[in-house]
Amino acid sequence: MHLVHPATLAVLLFCVGLYGVLARRNTVLVLMSVELMLAAVSLNLVAFDVWLADELHSGQVFTLFLIALAAAEIGIGLAIVLLVYRRRGTVALDRLRALRDGPGADEAAEAAGPTDAAARPTAIDAARGQETTTP
Amino acid sequence: MTTTTAAVLVPLLPFAAAALILLTGRAAPGFVRPLAVLPTLAATALAVLVAVRQGGDAPLTAATVLTPTGDPALPVELALHLDGFAVLVAALVAVVATAVQLYSTGYLRDDPRYPSYAALVSLFTAAMLLVVYTDDLIVLLVGWEVMGICSYFLVGHYWERPAARAASLKAFLVTKLGDVPFLIGILVLASEAGTFRISHIVNGLTSSLADFELERPTLVALLLLVGVAGKSAQLPLHTWLPGAMAGPTPVSALIHAATMVAAGVYVVARLLPVFTSSTAALLVLAVVAALTAVGAAIAALAQDDLKRVLAYSTIGQLGLMAGALAVGSRDAAVFHLLTHGAFKALLFLAAGVLITVAGTGSLGVMARTRDIKRRAPDAFWAMTIGLLALAAIPPFSGFFSKEAILHAAETAALDPAGAPAGVPAAGAWLVLVATLLTALLTAAYATRLWLMAFHDPVSARPEPLPQPPAVSGVTTLVLWLLAVPALLMGLGYRWLPSWLDGTSLAPTLGTSAVATGAAVIGGVATWAAWRRRYEMDEPPDPGLSLLGSRFHRGAAAGFHLDAATTALAARPTEGAARLTRFLDRAVVDTYVRGAAALPGLLGHLVRRAQNGNAQTYLTVLVAAVIVLLVTTALASTGG
Amino acid sequence: MSAGALPVLAAVGESGRSVLSPSGVEIVFLLVAVVVLGAAILCVTSRHLVHAALYLVVALGGLAVEYLLLTAEFIAWVQVLIYLGSVVVLLLFGLMLTRAPIGPSPDADSRNKPVALVVALAAAATLVTLVVDAFRTTWIDLSTPHGRSDALGESLFRTWVLPFEALSVLLLAALVGAIVISRARRDDSEEGRR
Repeated sequence: MHLVHPATLAVLLFCVGLYGVLARRNTVLVLMSVELMLAAVSLNLVAFDVWLADELHSGQVFTLFLIALAAAEIGIGLAIVLLVYRRRGTVALDRLRALRDGPGADEAAEAAGPTDAAARPTAIDAARGQETTTP
Repeated sequence: MTTTTAAVLVPLLPFAAAALILLTGRAAPGFVRPLAVLPTLAATALAVLVAVRQGGDAPLTAATVLTPTGDPALPVELALHLDGFAVLVAALVAVVATAVQLYSTGYLRDDPRYPSYAALVSLFTAAMLLVVYTDDLIVLLVGWEVMGICSYFLVGHYWERPAARAASLKAFLVTKLGDVPFLIGILVLASEAGTFRISHIVNGLTSSLADFELERPTLVALLLLVGVAGKSAQLPLHTWLPGAMAGPTPVSALIHAATMVAAGVYVVARLLPVFTSSTAALLVLAVVAALTAVGAAIAALAQDDLKRVLAYSTIGQLGLMAGALAVGSRDAAVFHLLTHGAFKALLFLAAGVLITVAGTGSLGVMARTRDIKRRAPDAFWAMTIGLLALAAIPPFSGFFSKEAILHAAETAALDPAGAPAGVPAAGAWLVLVATLLTALLTAAYATRLWLMAFHDPVSARPEPLPQPPAVSGVTTLVLWLLAVPALLMGLGYRWLPSWLDGTSLAPTLGTSAVATGAAVIGGVATWAAWRRRYEMDEPPDPGLSLLGSRFHRGAAAGFHLDAATTALAARPTEGAARLTRFLDRAVVDTYVRGAAALPGLLGHLVRRAQNGNAQTYLTVLVAAVIVLLVTTALASTGG
Repeated sequence: MSAGALPVLAAVGESGRSVLSPSGVEIVFLLVAVVVLGAAILCVTSRHLVHAALYLVVALGGLAVEYLLLTAEFIAWVQVLIYLGSVVVLLLFGLMLTRAPIGPSPDADSRNKPVALVVALAAAATLVTLVVDAFRTTWIDLSTPHGRSDALGESLFRTWVLPFEALSVLLLAALVGAIVISRARRDDSEEGRR
């Protein structure tokens, strides 16, 4: 098989994932796009490993590691997203701007409040529910 | 104890008291009163002892080198010079200081800042005694400045009041304005005479053996005169003295009536040969003295505040002393200094009691208030004696000393050959006329003061006296103690010449008649004016009738000299300051701001990028990586 | 494929194989690749959040098929088990816990979208050019399978055993970390109100 095929597929998959990371607003969707990028890298590793016919199977072993790391990453990432959601009532990436420079950084965070007014009480409820289910 | 030792102890005792009070006053307030009174009392005893022992003999002189200056022939010496003038003035200062300290124990009984007050009064007493006894011009200047700073603090004693703060600053600044030329004058005088010792300068100038003349006597005399005018409140630097009445009344009595303001006159008396060597300086002194005496007397006639009347009266009397010096008679000047110190201290202390009793210092209010005379009989009698002495009614002390001045002026005017050398006849005439006019006006304002404060022939005053605080016994004692010299010191004309230069101070019949006649005319005219207003039920201020309302307004404001000072000195200074501020803001700051603008603009642009959106950051990051990748690829393939 | 790859199509390998005469495996690979790419593009553009997750399943599943075609069978099964089995389920849970709407959500894309598109296209162009230029004469020999479980297992537990154990520690740490982060604290609700 021509090596260009898997390599090009990996590149295109990576760029689609990149677009998703840069363009999506929902943080969970951003995490999905990150998974796509990781998968593209995995494909690259496997393809080159098979091409080189490596005795130690480095590429495929690393792919295994990568899959495990991706699982860990998605677990931590989702935990963070949930925490952010509980505290801010939103998972929209472009509203989480507390790190912005200059005066009005807090105000910006507050200004995001009214639009999330509907989401906020439910966020608190979600936190409460979480609390009651956690032993 | 030798006389010299006693004389050294005289300024040292109050100084030690001041240091002790400042150190322990806060920790042990109970000791402040004895510490304030007893050393001053001891100093008084020693001063009187020194005066008696000296007794008009040849001056005693003792000196020790204090510190070398750049010139080995011109050291600063801690020197004593005890002649008749020094010991008499020192005795007066000590007596008045003791009286004031005693009076203050009662007057400032409940003042929380009494310790610092007592310490400053003691320090002031020490400095004044140092000025009186010292023979060294630099040491004199040190005492002179210490007095100035004590005056500043004591005028500002009630610093909670804005008026007191402003007055203390004004007193300090105006006297310092005079002190700078005074310092220059001292330095010029010392460099020309080759010594800081007053006695050496005076001996060199008066002795016929030493062939010594000042190169620029007019310059030196005029420079010294500016300092003297500042300290002794002569025109045009007198404006601080009426304001200084914002201080406690005993301070006004001690510093701003009896002693410090007299220091200028005393210094001129000590250095009189320097002044007589310049006719121009004496003429200037005569003009200043005449203007000051008459102007201050007229202003005193228009004042409403009791203490301000006395302050202007002090300025006028100091003008008379300066006039005596201008005709070369330091005996008469110092005689008047002594009697004035006694009766003016008495007047101020009595005024303090009166103000406490009446609850106000305003003569207009007092004139409507019943029973002042009955409630404060001691103050009434003290005030009466003091005013009679001030108005120069025989046989009170002021009569004799004013006679002496008048006599000296008359001698110098009518018989220039008999006058001391260098005294201009024109100046003498000026002083003579001014003294007579002042005698009339003084009697007028003294009468006005007395009538408005006390005279109530048919008990027709409308307002009752508010319940006054009790007057302590010490205060009354001090009043009667001071009334004795105010009454009797005039008789000292018999013995004083033996202490002083030896000129006769006895009153002559002609001048006595003229002066007393002028005083009586002034008194009677005031009484008549008062009487007419009293019967017409107008506000019983005879000054209004005597001066006319427009002139009265001007005189009440001190002839608007403050406004003139503001227009001539303060406004241009403020304008210059405003111009400087404008230049600093508009020109200098523009460069600084301009230099900051460009970095500020760049920083602002960079800040815009920090919008907190992680996606934007990531986009820029990836775009940059792509650009780098393309660049690297193109570079590596040579494309 | 972009225009940059066109010269490659005419290239003839040493072994006489040509792009113009693809083998059966290659045809299947390309077809599945089209499916994978399509699913991935739908995943990053879909307005339905849950649909996006399902498209992700399709893309990752297609990728597993590609692994099989590349003879990496063990990796393929692991991909199916872990990605499809757990990761996507986790993502779905994340969507549900953050109250993602079931219907289409109009604000799924941020305003960064045009810039993102430009950057992604530029990246794709650059990388595809580079990859095609680098590997246009490279062929994979698929005649001997190179990803069988026994060979991979031997390699994994002989040569790579230490990194493997380290990875297990890392997974444990991630587990603990996720629990610590997502545990509901008492002040969370109060801060949420603030």
